[in-house]
Amino acid sequence: MITDLTRRALVKGATATAAAGALAGPALLAWAKAWAQSAPWKPEKNAQLAMLRWKYFVQAEDDAFVALLDAFTKATGVKVIVTRESYEDVTPKASVAANTGAGPDLFWGLYSLPHLFPQKCIDVTDVADYLGKKYGPWAPSAVTYGKSGNKWIDIPVCYTGSLINYRISTLKKAGFSKFPATTDEFLEYAKATKANGTPGGLALGHASGDANTWVYWCLWAFGGNMVDKNDKVILNSPETEKALTWAKQLYDNMIPGVASWNDASNNKAFLAGEIHWTNNGISIYAAARHDPTKTDIADDMDHAYFPIGPVGKPTELHLMFPLLAMTHTKYPQACKALMAFMLEANQFNPWIEAAAGYLTPGLAAYDANPVWTSDPKRTPYRDVAKRSLTVGGLGSVGEKAASAVSDFVLVDMFASYCTGREEAKNAIKIAERQLQRIYR
Amino acid sequence: MTDIALKAPGVPPPSPPPLAAERGKRISAWTRLTANRNWLGLWFMLPAAAFLILFLAYPLALGIWISFTDARIGQSGAFIGLENYEWLSDDSVFWLSVFNTLLYTAVASVVKFAIGLYLALLLNENMPFKALLRAIVLIPFIVPTVLSAIAFWWLFDAQFSIISWSLRHLGLISGNIDFLGDPWNARWSVIFANIWRGIPFVAITLLAGLQTVPPSLFEAATIDGASRWQIFRHVTYPLLTPIIAVVMTFSVLFTFTDFQLIWVLTKGGPVNATQLMATLSYQRAIIAGHLGEGAAISSAMIPFLLGAILISWFGLQRRKWQQGESND
Repeated sequence: MITDLTRRALVKGATATAAAGALAGPALLAWAKAWAQSAPWKPEKNAQLAMLRWKYFVQAEDDAFVALLDAFTKATGVKVIVTRESYEDVTPKASVAANTGAGPDLFWGLYSLPHLFPQKCIDVTDVADYLGKKYGPWAPSAVTYGKSGNKWIDIPVCYTGSLINYRISTLKKAGFSKFPATTDEFLEYAKATKANGTPGGLALGHASGDANTWVYWCLWAFGGNMVDKNDKVILNSPETEKALTWAKQLYDNMIPGVASWNDASNNKAFLAGEIHWTNNGISIYAAARHDPTKTDIADDMDHAYFPIGPVGKPTELHLMFPLLAMTHTKYPQACKALMAFMLEANQFNPWIEAAAGYLTPGLAAYDANPVWTSDPKRTPYRDVAKRSLTVGGLGSVGEKAASAVSDFVLVDMFASYCTGREEAKNAIKIAERQLQRIYR
Repeated sequence: MTDIALKAPGVPPPSPPPLAAERGKRISAWTRLTANRNWLGLWFMLPAAAFLILFLAYPLALGIWISFTDARIGQSGAFIGLENYEWLSDDSVFWLSVFNTLLYTAVASVVKFAIGLYLALLLNENMPFKALLRAIVLIPFIVPTVLSAIAFWWLFDAQFSIISWSLRHLGLISGNIDFLGDPWNARWSVIFANIWRGIPFVAITLLAGLQTVPPSLFEAATIDGASRWQIFRHVTYPLLTPIIAVVMTFSVLFTFTDFQLIWVLTKGGPVNATQLMATLSYQRAIIAGHLGEGAAISSAMIPFLLGAILISWFGLQRRKWQQGESND
């Protein structure tokens, strides 16, 4: 009987299912109960957890997440109440909770959210080490995002790749056989698509995900940096100016209106056939694939890594979703148990599959999940954790980097130059002044 | 009852024995606290005062105090004097937000007043379906701000705007209007949305004021041969000024501190072109974590708000009833 699982059987099962998928229904519950008995974290008596997470982009992902939580509740008796908010709203709510010492026990937010208030996050080094040994290693950027000093302050649950989404027919019509691999080619491609009446667009409004990821990529691609490894501001450089100049040329060949775009704008425009290339997670493709009226778009689109700039190496920034537990929680052991449970293969594999490429784990073992190969259009998203740099760039990923990305310092610098509001030097100076205050 | 105020004067009470005198003193002190009109006034005022101190004065004072610190989210911060204000004085984004806020408040308030007054005068006339029309005018005010903001977001969308679509199909424009992507377009768009939302408040409140004007005054003016403009200028408007002062004070305050509409529509973009002081304060304090700087921006709004209140009360309203006298 499955309900008589022993610890050894549990370990065997976990290893086997890591690559092959998962248990379901009663089997999952039985496995969960066995896991709860053997796990190092014993939830406190009558523990009940509240979690605020970013609102899902793929419904199936949330369904799998709810099933996972149900199994956790049945196995441990710990009820988990989940609230969902737009991921832009998780940061302010977590900040208020950190400041007041009240609110949800767990926050699942964006980028380096825990580094805004590292002293308010419980130490989860034991959980990170446990998962790293079992399914790791962790991707380098996951380690950077997860650790503050020598301790882990969050679990880097997953990434969402910010990759180029493009229409294949448009690419061919523009005279390209594959998506441009360099920034020079990318500019030519943008010009050609605009000339053909099939332009694209990258967000330049306050879009936490889409705008930040592409402007950071652009700055790094031309050798610019916000800070050096000692967190000294070095933004004001010829490389930054080159990045701005290139971005302006690209902007001039985008569809009008990108300066007002939020994170949802490019999804809407792409699915409506208004734009033919943009940067995004896999949600556009997932939505097109599930909508019978958009099958033509799903069939005609693909994904590519961002082109490489003059620095000669990938400089992508992908969204990372860290899960943190607040020090004000009355149930730290229950929080840790849930964190570990979520990333165990039995739960995590079906969850990743349900997300259909939207979630990329930071743990190497999950590269073997069939979701990455069953549909080749998803494959580029498999490697985003390994390819991603962090919002701190050359510097630390602490609260200063978190502040800079939350305050859209670079987005505003690019937008003010691209829209013609400021000269390049002045745009850089304004951003430099803001950064100097943040990094003082 | 032992109400000392009701005791007849000039009749000294018989001297009580020493123990009773002691008791009398105690009763007298308690009585004073419970029956004296001044003390009673204080007791009755206390709940309201406690409410105001707890929910208005304390947060305001705390906000001002935080503006003198380098507090961040999760950290109490140290006292840094005027450093936040010095930094802001040289911050182009802050001054842009001041400009945007003043423009937004001035244009929206004036237009809301003009259209609101016009609507109030219209609705004050006898017409069929008067009650229904008055209810319809209130609709923009009833709809939650966030909902109306989302509706405007679609109306002003760079790709899917029904306005652009209609104009394109009428052959009046060739491409979509970049409502929220161009700085000045974005400013006028958010001002328009604020006006649309704010007119009912002004119109219905002024209508209530118009209803209090005695019809006999209009009749007398008509008999005297006054034109409609003269009736408005010399009868309606002077009698409406007290309510105009109140309405415009509130309207200016609501507009100056507007947050929801801007946040849903533009988040202060593009390139801070619609960044108001309220949204910038939230952006810096809560989103970026710099509580001290955000509090300084909020505190910087206080002089503007006080100025607006003073202008409303002493500029628009010079009537004697303010000093406790009856009007001429």
